[in-house]
Amino acid sequence: MVGSIFTIQSNELLARNVWRMRMVGAKDLPIRPGQFVEIAVPGQYLRRPISVCDYADGVLTIIYKVVGVGTDAMSRWQAGQQVDLLVGLGNGYDLTQAGERPLLIGGGVGVPPLYMLARVLREQGKQVCVILGFNTKEEVFYEEEFRALGCEVEVTTADGSHGTKGFVTDAVMEQGTKSQEPRLNSPCSTYYYACGPLPMLKAVMKHWGDGGEVSMEERMGCGFGACMGCSIQTKEGPKRVCKDGPVFRAQSIKTL
Amino acid sequence: MTKVSLSNIELRNPVIPASGTYGFGEEFAALYDLNCLGGISFKGTTREARYGNALPRIAECGGYGMLNAVGLQNPGVEHVVAKELPRLRELYKGVVLANVSGFSVDDYVYTCEQMDKAPEVDIIEVNISCPNVHNGGMAFGTQPEAAVEVTRAVKAVTHKPVYMKLSPNVTDIVAIARACEEAGADGLCLINTILGMRIDIRRRKPVLANRYGGYSGPGVFPVALRMVNQVAREVQVPIIGCGGVSSAEDVVEMMMAGATAVEIGAANLVNPMACKEIVERLPRLMEELGIEKLTDIIGAAK
Repeated sequence: MVGSIFTIQSNELLARNVWRMRMVGAKDLPIRPGQFVEIAVPGQYLRRPISVCDYADGVLTIIYKVVGVGTDAMSRWQAGQQVDLLVGLGNGYDLTQAGERPLLIGGGVGVPPLYMLARVLREQGKQVCVILGFNTKEEVFYEEEFRALGCEVEVTTADGSHGTKGFVTDAVMEQGTKSQEPRLNSPCSTYYYACGPLPMLKAVMKHWGDGGEVSMEERMGCGFGACMGCSIQTKEGPKRVCKDGPVFRAQSIKTL
Repeated sequence: MTKVSLSNIELRNPVIPASGTYGFGEEFAALYDLNCLGGISFKGTTREARYGNALPRIAECGGYGMLNAVGLQNPGVEHVVAKELPRLRELYKGVVLANVSGFSVDDYVYTCEQMDKAPEVDIIEVNISCPNVHNGGMAFGTQPEAAVEVTRAVKAVTHKPVYMKLSPNVTDIVAIARACEEAGADGLCLINTILGMRIDIRRRKPVLANRYGGYSGPGVFPVALRMVNQVAREVQVPIIGCGGVSSAEDVVEMMMAGATAVEIGAANLVNPMACKEIVERLPRLMEELGIEKLTDIIGAAK
């Protein structure tokens, strides 16, 4: 963890209620895929934890959904404004587990942290498959951005207005796959990384089993392990989502 | 001169991170040398390990502070004494306050006995004011008779100074404070959090799974200050002032109200450098205010 001041470069609407903010700051911060930042919001007391979508050459990208007063205030911030951040929070994804053909599964605003992961995995020469799940067409984002990285991308929408109709698990079942077996028309199978709402994570773990890791989300106090506000029960005992997570091996998750 | 002393134990300055906002120091030691602190009050410890309350445990209070209903999550006194305290000692050589909670007088006695034996512990801070657990904690801090019982029982098993941490959720905090003093408490710490609530107006439900939680942050500072002052005017034992303190100015104000030392709580969670920044600011602020020794201002506004 380190405190850092960034300057907003852009802050734009990306999909329905979903915004992308790009900020410029120090180039050499310890930020890994799957980590998050804590953003100070003037007028609010607690910082807001937001996952890192990308960090490269001193540009930090976050994608956030407006869900309350804090994120609503953020959506009105302008380019040039300074932002007070704590960065390098959480454990991040374990890239050593990826194998040659990792599968990335994101739902809604669980999609953003997978972007930096996909970029780094692609830079390592891995074949990366991505399944992005949304409720409806107006909420879809980053389909092309993942393709531009050279990933194979499938999109599902719950209402069928874009891509495959259904949930992230349906995307794969349509390809005829079973749990942990290689996809028929795709080489991706070695390991999965999932981030999204709890029902999606449950479905993913049921479908693909223990061979992956999931990124959890909880309401946090501090974001760096001091307050015990976000502790969940795991098979290894209570764990702080902010410090011991947010990424957990699927096999250690109990409450699902 | 920033030195103060609590029951003949000297603190290099009055700044103490409050229990429950500082873990066992580890997260903050990654950012700064903990030895700048006057003391550390570590995470509230109970006889048995506790997971705590269901989630969500945290609620925003729009700029004024926050609610928490963590519910005393801790690894239990055995683990704390064996594992956490030696680790804390490596990070910090100053004054350590052991914050202890319980669900019965026996619980308090047992946990305090263990803390009495722990060489790392200088002061025992007995939490009779946790608002977030049922049948315990605050139940002992809202009735003078119960507070007396815990104070006497704990005093009987330790020679270390015992500071009773009081709840603001009472009609007459002075009565509780006096009762603790008469029962032999070496000092008092106040206030713990104020019981509060937030409702998610879209879901029409409490934000906290526990329904109610303890309110802390800048919004409680005037209340804490008033209670410290009320108590300081009526008791002789030293007081650790706590509640919404966020700056060196707040520390000075709390001392003028009657506190000998000051705990910093929620501020640590939103600015992990808060305690260090306050410690660094104190000497300059003292100069600005013409304060030579901090001990001179204790109770100045009593």
